[in-house]
Amino acid sequence: MSLLKKKRKPTIKKGPITAGLWEKCPGCGEIIFKKTLQRSLKVCPRCRYHFTLTAVERINMLVDKGSFRPLDQGLYPLDPLQFVGPSPYREKLVQNRKKTGLPDAVVSGKAKIEGWGVVLVITDSRFLMGSMGSVMGEKIFRAFETAAAERLPVTIVSGSGGGARMYEGCLSLMQMAKTSAAIARFEREGLLYVSVLTNPTMAGVLASFAALGDVLVAEPGALIGFTGPRVIRETIKQELPEGFQTSEFLLEHGLLDMVVSRDALRRTLVDLIRVFSGPSPGR
Amino acid sequence: MNSGKESVPALDFEQPLLDIERKIRELQEFSRKEGFDVTGELEALDRRARDVQRDIYSRLTPWQRVALARHPNRPYTLDLVGAMAEGFVELRGDRQFRDDPALIGGVGFIGKRRVVFLGHQKGRSTRESIKRNFGCPHPEGYRKAARLMRLADKFRLPLVCLIDTPGAYPGVEAEERGQAHAIAENLRLMLGLKVPIVVVVIGEGGSGGALGIGVGDRIIILENAYYSVISPEGCAAILWKTKDKAPEAARALKLTPNELLELKIVDEVIPEPLTGAHRNWEKTAELVKEAVTASLDRLEKLPTRILVYRRQEKYRKIGIYGEK
Repeated sequence: MSLLKKKRKPTIKKGPITAGLWEKCPGCGEIIFKKTLQRSLKVCPRCRYHFTLTAVERINMLVDKGSFRPLDQGLYPLDPLQFVGPSPYREKLVQNRKKTGLPDAVVSGKAKIEGWGVVLVITDSRFLMGSMGSVMGEKIFRAFETAAAERLPVTIVSGSGGGARMYEGCLSLMQMAKTSAAIARFEREGLLYVSVLTNPTMAGVLASFAALGDVLVAEPGALIGFTGPRVIRETIKQELPEGFQTSEFLLEHGLLDMVVSRDALRRTLVDLIRVFSGPSPGR
Repeated sequence: MNSGKESVPALDFEQPLLDIERKIRELQEFSRKEGFDVTGELEALDRRARDVQRDIYSRLTPWQRVALARHPNRPYTLDLVGAMAEGFVELRGDRQFRDDPALIGGVGFIGKRRVVFLGHQKGRSTRESIKRNFGCPHPEGYRKAARLMRLADKFRLPLVCLIDTPGAYPGVEAEERGQAHAIAENLRLMLGLKVPIVVVVIGEGGSGGALGIGVGDRIIILENAYYSVISPEGCAAILWKTKDKAPEAARALKLTPNELLELKIVDEVIPEPLTGAHRNWEKTAELVKEAVTASLDRLEKLPTRILVYRRQEKYRKIGIYGEK
């Protein structure tokens, strides 16, 4: 009896992610063998949909094996507003910590990409929608300082549906100014900052550090914008144009330098670092 | 997006104050007509008004303060600039796409000092509100602001920014023209600008749309203004799943001047005239002018490099986190 029940479960269960070995593509509905998906850098082999990567997956995909050295790992979020609501901030933090294994939505470190030294910042869109609070602002500020001190270029891979984190109120809003301050200072260093926008990069994150790269690169089909499509639809009470706020839409409107598929991203970063920094990885 | 138009001119919690104000007027009228000396009575009424005001305003809920900040009779940017500046010349257009009437700017005198003004501009009549897009700028508004910031830099004129917007406009064209990019560029520009920047939040400090002209050396806020990462309605819709919970959201977000002072988001709160800025524009303009002048007096003494460094450090220090 119990055997039967167990057997039946996987076939009954529905949803975007089927249990176990298979994953359904949100782009085309194709059921993909997980191992195939891993090999293809989590890009759907049929429709080229780019699945969301965790910070760890992103690091593994981008940097030379074993070269990542985390920075400022000890930073963790507090609850400065004592935010009260249907689900308190503290609880949310505990849940998201469990879900992601990260203290906040951002990981930073030094790494090598094909021998080129780089300061790398990755935001993880699974942690409270990749929203920016005090920790993200501080980590990004310090990352630029480290890069300036060690004469390294900076790459930030953003993925944030949340923008500035509500639970920290205006402190989050001011992280937009804080990260912009880091970049204003970094301008004088003559060092490269590449901003990579992934699905989704919205609101306060885009309206600060993510839009301020010397070069803006986006993954295909990513949702990128200031206001979320739902709010815009409610405001203008009209359907949105096809492909609105996608990477390709932004490229066409002059808001990006290039759209680069995931398998070419590492190569693109190396090309950019090389052409802006000099002929060979000296450091 | 809230235009503030649905608020009623007299908010219910103001009534006791307005009653006293009426009595004072009646007494003054009586004294003028009949020639009686009512100085003592007037002083007593004035004291009582202050007590009542202190009582009412100390008990205002955050949501009531948001209502005051959105009050349709509040002085808007051009009202305050008109009252505090002389020889103001409005400068228009971003030189790229169009002029955005929701964000205005220009040059004028505060006392003997020349300054560049920037500010969000709401409209008062329906027609003007539509023209001003309820104070919600498009990217070209922020690009006009950037142009005037560079002008301030070139002529070494301090920048005075008045903040009063529900937010940057959430529309298709705004996105097509790079709303987020325009705001981000301004943040970086303001963090490197070589002239003093004084920011005054005079009404609504609506998130990124406010910050887009809101980075400065000194951040001042009027007593009945607010500044928030998201509108209380927006926050309520996301967390409580209903906009009806906006009062709770307003409380949770810590968006009132005194809370912002505690969090070091703002440096100074300007107390408003007895019956609120919406009932006394002249006095409000005077108070804003005094605060701006005092700030500029101090900031102009700083060497440029120190000024810019201090501004960057000011923002660097904002944030509350733990570190192991």
